[in-house]
Amino acid sequence: MTEIVWRFDVEGNNFELAGHASQQTKSRLKQIGVNNDIIRKVIIAMYEGEINMVIHANGGVATVTVQPNLITVVLADTGKGIENVELAMKEGYSTATTEIRELGFGAGMGLPNMKKYSDDMTIDTTVGEGTTITMKFKI
Amino acid sequence: MTLREVANITQAQIISGQELLDTEVISACGSDMMSDVLAHVKNQSVLVTGLINPQVVRTALMMDMKCICFVRGKIPDEKVIEIASENNIVIMATKNTMFEACGKLFSRGLRGGD
Ligand SMILES: Nc1ncnc2c1ncn2[C@@H]1O[C@H](COP(=O)(O)OP(=O)(O)O)[C@@H](O)[C@H]1O
Ligand SMILES: [Mg+2]
Repeated sequence: MTEIVWRFDVEGNNFELAGHASQQTKSRLKQIGVNNDIIRKVIIAMYEGEINMVIHANGGVATVTVQPNLITVVLADTGKGIENVELAMKEGYSTATTEIRELGFGAGMGLPNMKKYSDDMTIDTTVGEGTTITMKFKI
Repeated sequence: MTLREVANITQAQIISGQELLDTEVISACGSDMMSDVLAHVKNQSVLVTGLINPQVVRTALMMDMKCICFVRGKIPDEKVIEIASENNIVIMATKNTMFEACGKLFSRGLRGGD
C-alpha cells in the first residue's frame, strides 16, 4: 500500500445525511485493517468536522488520504469562514442555533475535540471565502 | 449484564436487534449532547438518550456502541432504526426518564466505562 485517497461530497444543511462521509470512512478503514483505536480517533474528529461543514458552512468536500504511517483528513468548505479562530477553539464556544442544540450538537466541543484527537491540526480560513481544516493522525 | 437484562431492568421494548440480546455489556453513557459523548473516548457500549434523530445512531456507531436505549417513551422513525439495524446496534425504548433508566442500570452494575 502506498497511498489511498477517498473523496466525499458533504451536503450543506442536510442534518439527516450528516456523518455519512465519516461512516463510510470508518468502514473502509476497518476493511483495510487499520487499528481500532486509531480509527476511533480519526472518525470522531472527522465526524465533528463533517457536522461543522453541514451546520456552519453549507457543506463541502472531505478527503481522506491513507499512507503507510499517516492518515490525513482534509475538510474543505466555501462557507462563511471563521472570524476568530482562537475563540472558536475554546471549549463551549458555539454560534449554533437552538434548533441545532436540540438535535444534540452545538455544545462548542467540536473543534476542541478535533484538536484533541488529531496529532496535528491546521485551520486555514478566510471570512466570506471558506475554511479548510487539515488533520493528521499517525498510524 | 446482557442487553436482554438492560431491557428488563429498564422495562424497555425492543425496537430492533432482537437477535443480538445476548451481547454482554459492562458500561453505559447517558446524554442528550452528542458532542459530550464524542468528547470522552471510553469503551461504553450502551447509549441512554432522549434524542431520536439519526445523528444519535451515527454517534453510537462512531463510538462502536452496541445498544441505544431511548428514554421517556420516545421511538425513532424507520430511517433511524434502519441505520441502527444495518450496523448491528440494538434499539430499545423505555418509558423511564433518563434519570430513572441510568439509576437502575448503575445500581444493577453498569458503569461509566474507562
Ligand atoms: N467549517 C466552519 N465554517 C464556519 N464556522 C465554523 C466552522 N467550524 C466551526 N465554526 C465556528 O466555530 C464555532 C465552534 O465550533 P465547534 O467547536 O465545532 O462547536 P459547535 O459546532 O458545537 O458550535 C462554531 O459555533 C462556528 O461558529
Ligand atoms: Mg461543531
